[in-house]
Amino acid sequence: MTETTLAPAAPEKTGFLTVATLQKAVAFVVLILLLGFFSLFAPNFAQWSNMVNIMQATAVNGVLGVAVTFVIISAGIDLSVGTMMTLTAVIAGLILTNAGLPLPFGVVGAMLFGGFMGAISGACIAKLKIPPFIATLGMMQIARGLALVFSGAKPIYFNDTPSYYYISSGSVITRLIPGLEVPNGVLVMFGVAIAAAVILNRSILGRYIFALGSNEEAARLSGVNVDMWKIVTYGLSGLICGVGGLLISSRLNSAQPALGLGYELDAIAAAVIGGTSLSGGRGTILGTIIGAFIMSVLTNGLRVMGVQEEWKIVITGIIIIAAVYVDTVLRKKA
Amino acid sequence: MNVHDHSLDPKPVVELLGIEKSFPGVRALHNAHFDLRRGEVHALMGENGAGKSTLMKVLTGVYQPDAGEIRVDDAVVAMHSPQLAQGMGISIIHQELFLMNHLTAAQNIFIGREPRRGMGLFVDEAKMKADAAAIFRRMKVDIDPAGEVGEMTVARQQLVEIAKALSYEARVLVMDEPTSALNGTEVEHLFEIIRDLKAQGVGIVYITHKMDEVKRIADRITVMRDGEFIETLPAAETPMSTVISLMVGRELTDHTRASGAGAGEEVLRVSGLNRGSIIRDVSFALRKGEILGFAGLMGAGRTEVARAVFGADPVDAGEIRVHGKPCRIASPRDAVARGIAYLSEDRKHFGLVTGMSVRDNITMASWTRFTQNRIWMKDGALAEVAKEYVARLKVKTPTIAQETRLLSGGNQQKVVIAKWLLRDCDILIFDEPTRGIDVGAKSEIYEMLKELARQGKAIIVISSELEEILRLSQRILVMCEGRITGEIDGATATQESIMTLATQRDSEAA
Repeated sequence: MTETTLAPAAPEKTGFLTVATLQKAVAFVVLILLLGFFSLFAPNFAQWSNMVNIMQATAVNGVLGVAVTFVIISAGIDLSVGTMMTLTAVIAGLILTNAGLPLPFGVVGAMLFGGFMGAISGACIAKLKIPPFIATLGMMQIARGLALVFSGAKPIYFNDTPSYYYISSGSVITRLIPGLEVPNGVLVMFGVAIAAAVILNRSILGRYIFALGSNEEAARLSGVNVDMWKIVTYGLSGLICGVGGLLISSRLNSAQPALGLGYELDAIAAAVIGGTSLSGGRGTILGTIIGAFIMSVLTNGLRVMGVQEEWKIVITGIIIIAAVYVDTVLRKKA
Repeated sequence: MNVHDHSLDPKPVVELLGIEKSFPGVRALHNAHFDLRRGEVHALMGENGAGKSTLMKVLTGVYQPDAGEIRVDDAVVAMHSPQLAQGMGISIIHQELFLMNHLTAAQNIFIGREPRRGMGLFVDEAKMKADAAAIFRRMKVDIDPAGEVGEMTVARQQLVEIAKALSYEARVLVMDEPTSALNGTEVEHLFEIIRDLKAQGVGIVYITHKMDEVKRIADRITVMRDGEFIETLPAAETPMSTVISLMVGRELTDHTRASGAGAGEEVLRVSGLNRGSIIRDVSFALRKGEILGFAGLMGAGRTEVARAVFGADPVDAGEIRVHGKPCRIASPRDAVARGIAYLSEDRKHFGLVTGMSVRDNITMASWTRFTQNRIWMKDGALAEVAKEYVARLKVKTPTIAQETRLLSGGNQQKVVIAKWLLRDCDILIFDEPTRGIDVGAKSEIYEMLKELARQGKAIIVISSELEEILRLSQRILVMCEGRITGEIDGATATQESIMTLATQRDSEAA
């Protein structure tokens, strides 16, 4: 026999010393170090107005990161989150501006439409057996095309719905604690993250997502309705993309149909930096949120320091590789 | 080559002395000894976790020992890497083969050290093929060096691995459970090759659980237990019961045969099951409280029948009645809903989610029952029921939060059994229930199966080990080439009567 693990005596890791916790701790320390570094060396970085910028930028990427985290833990991938965000923003524009319906219709409509499109991706993967990479690559283009078609390739402005702006950019907190400005978008992001974490850790869907990502065949042979849960997972991802669409269009006060490409890669990067495994079966929402913050702090800090835009992209790439390397090292030691 | 008389050549080729090896929290090897002479087959035996594989990984440079000596030709060496070991003619053939499926046999054999031509820019394919062919001739096997490895049978792939080891001028060959995926004829062929290699002076370390193989092929037997050296014995004079008791550290009582009493009403009837040439007109019935054995050679179609009944593979035709009612089983979900469970031989891929906890694995098939408003998991209730089953089936695990990949084979099997019991399945299909499970835990699993039958479960056992079939089954169905060739009563069956039916091919049957 090839018993590489000496089974019964293997010590159990308990409490906060698990790899997942350790990795989040490392990611968190990196985030603090980055904040410290830029505060010291980038003039004006530490100003609150700049912090608000960072939070605004994190909100969208964080929400899309959460969407893609669900899918990646199930051992899939979703390349359509960026353009799906755009498409749902356009849908909100159609409902609010073109049809003139009140705000709640726009919000719910955008999210439901995202969920519907996501479920279609899921159905292609589960029923037609198309690999997730290909199915969502196709959906990425479909969403991009539909966004342009529906909007006539022109931005849709939310001038008739002044309250739309407050989804992302106002600050409810300022009303409660005068002087402290925290953009609503960040609150939305944290709300989505908390809901997502509860679903992932406490609901039967979360349990099936981990089981699918760890060993789909064993789950199927246990009588689990694998196809249905996959469709639900991608549908949930699409629904959360709808929130992303609301955030970005609220911040820009318009649905920009040409936007969206490339956002999926930032979202996947946030998840990966936060310790979600691309081979499935493990990952956390908190990790993804920390990952999203690391990316926006880095981008913002380098910009404030006056580093050329092109170099910023290079550095982001290096950070992604370094994060996965640290993950590998931590796992080997465990 | 001349055949070596072992009594005249007692000097070992390799020697492991006082090897110590610890991993964090676990002492894997303690004072382990082993030696191998030229031209002998030395069986290394022990239960799972006894340290056999770890010791061989020390010998082949995969692990560095914490203390102890490795001697090759009487000189102490520091075995830094597998490459170094290979250079000294020490090769290992793992249980799972490491071949590149899309490359040819010759390319696999010479991977990383291809003969070159044209100033070293091109691979000399012709020479490579010729060299591979020469090795195959030496082994007296008929394999095309230009054939793609992925299209060969497992037995032939194994021969390619052996050829690869020989191409390194192997003097020491470690074989880890080489027959686990071979059928009877293929095993015979492998033994012939082993005898030839012996005659050529190659020393062979043979790791196995199968007593009859050891009896036939080994010169000496070394038994390990809990990472320690126990004893080295001459194979010819040692009764196997002695070896078993050394392995488990206690005497095993002799087997009792299953009795036919207690079988109740019919719970499952399969009629006219067909799938291409793999399943041909299979019909049988299963009664409450009985264990029905499915015997046959590898590839006879037993697993395929089980998977078809379980809805894991589609069929061309056939009717399945559960508790007398005809039903359509198109997916494992349908089967589970009707109380049918399938326990695959390959637990790591099809039985367990190894990265998840004991608790999650036991409860997985029943999660929907442990929810609030069909959404939220009742984790407290899950933990309670998992603990209950861990206690009931005596699963050895520190806690229910332990990942199942860290459990031994026997305990993993118990977790899978617990999963189906919790799901209230009353028709249990076991495919090779003790594969990869050590001797001591085997009898525990056997007792568990019998107890389940006594409690009124209907059980099918598919096994390639005749002893296991004979020991468990009240009735035995024998399959050959996709057909059921006969039914034998468990009380009167013999190994011979089963083997006769298992080899009854079409031409003979007609």
